[in-house]
Amino acid sequence: MPDSQRIIEIEVLRYNPESDKEPHLEVYKVPFSDDMSVLQGAQYIKDHFDGSLTFRWSCRMAICGSCGMMINGIPKLSCETFLRDYFPNRIRIEAMANFPIEKDLVVDLSGFIEKLESIQPYIIPREPRSLDQGEYIQSPEQFNAYIQFTSCINCTLCYAACPQFGLNPDFIGPAAIALLHRYNMDSRDGAAAERMELVAAEEGVFNCSAVGYCSEVCPKHVDPANAVNINKTNAAKDYFLRFLSPKGGSK
Amino acid sequence: MKAGLKRSNAPIFWSLFGAGGMFSALFGPVLVFITGIAVPLSLMLPSETMSYPKMLAFAQNFIGKGFILAVISLFLWFAAHRIFHSLHEIGIHAGLGAKLICYGSAFVATVVSAVVLLGLGF
Ligand code: SF4
Ligand code: FES
Repeated sequence: MPDSQRIIEIEVLRYNPESDKEPHLEVYKVPFSDDMSVLQGAQYIKDHFDGSLTFRWSCRMAICGSCGMMINGIPKLSCETFLRDYFPNRIRIEAMANFPIEKDLVVDLSGFIEKLESIQPYIIPREPRSLDQGEYIQSPEQFNAYIQFTSCINCTLCYAACPQFGLNPDFIGPAAIALLHRYNMDSRDGAAAERMELVAAEEGVFNCSAVGYCSEVCPKHVDPANAVNINKTNAAKDYFLRFLSPKGGSK
Repeated sequence: MKAGLKRSNAPIFWSLFGAGGMFSALFGPVLVFITGIAVPLSLMLPSETMSYPKMLAFAQNFIGKGFILAVISLFLWFAAHRIFHSLHEIGIHAGLGAKLICYGSAFVATVVSAVVLLGLGF
């Protein structure tokens, strides 16, 4: 097959915390076939040129969310991005923007994990419910209110896309707010008021200046920007109406 | 939930921004057309539409005052917020100074126009 003879140049951002002062670019010439993803390109480099090249991956089918990187400056899942779409030009792969680099293409996600925990990403029932009350019944409308926001695979591409997260790493950020919204919108959940404390906080939704790039790069069409926007309105309502609410809202 | 969360005061500015955005989208283009094109060129509207006595009467009317104040003030709050956040986006770490200049000028202009409008009497 003449196809497999084609060679693409892949420029990789390398960083070894033990020996490098700062990240630098290295170029590799990678033979590729039409069905090869950028992830496979990185694997080729690891297998044939430098076994120390470090990157995350697992499913190879846009499900696990671990293979995100900057591909020619755009946050993408490398397993669903194909080398053929860049050939004959050189392709540049870098660690996801806005995160500290751990090694090569691997970033430190601990801040994101903390944020995910902080939004209480589980159903907190309105009132205690006993087993003999049976299962919850949800109408299709109630289901549709949140289902879109359950599709997130925690790839954090939206964080790599968000200029506001880049400027303020304390910002809870798109995916965490989308997940928060997912639980708030679930008819079985009753903790929206509790979560409001975070939504309305200085780390909350008002860091967003409605750039919308998060939703553009999201591989799962979660539309985190929409979740953030809806919660701005919710937080503004809470801000002005909290004095009228019997419980006084959150502080 | 994280400890030590502080409620953001952003809703005040965000609401003024939202109101200003809505208001300027609704009235901005038509105002540009009336004041900048139609009246000066007597296009569709007679040139004395915006004569001094007419405008004075408009500014002395209660609703007219409200409209003028809203146009000046809300447009400015909208612009202040947008400019402040755009600074942030292009990487200028807009601190307290930029905040004061942006929101401060909207605030001062609001107060000044309110005082002037009230001074015109009813
Ligand atoms: S919202 Fe989309 S881009 Fe963000 S982490 Fe979830 S799947 Fe990835
Ligand atoms: S390897 Fe799982 S999403 Fe790409």
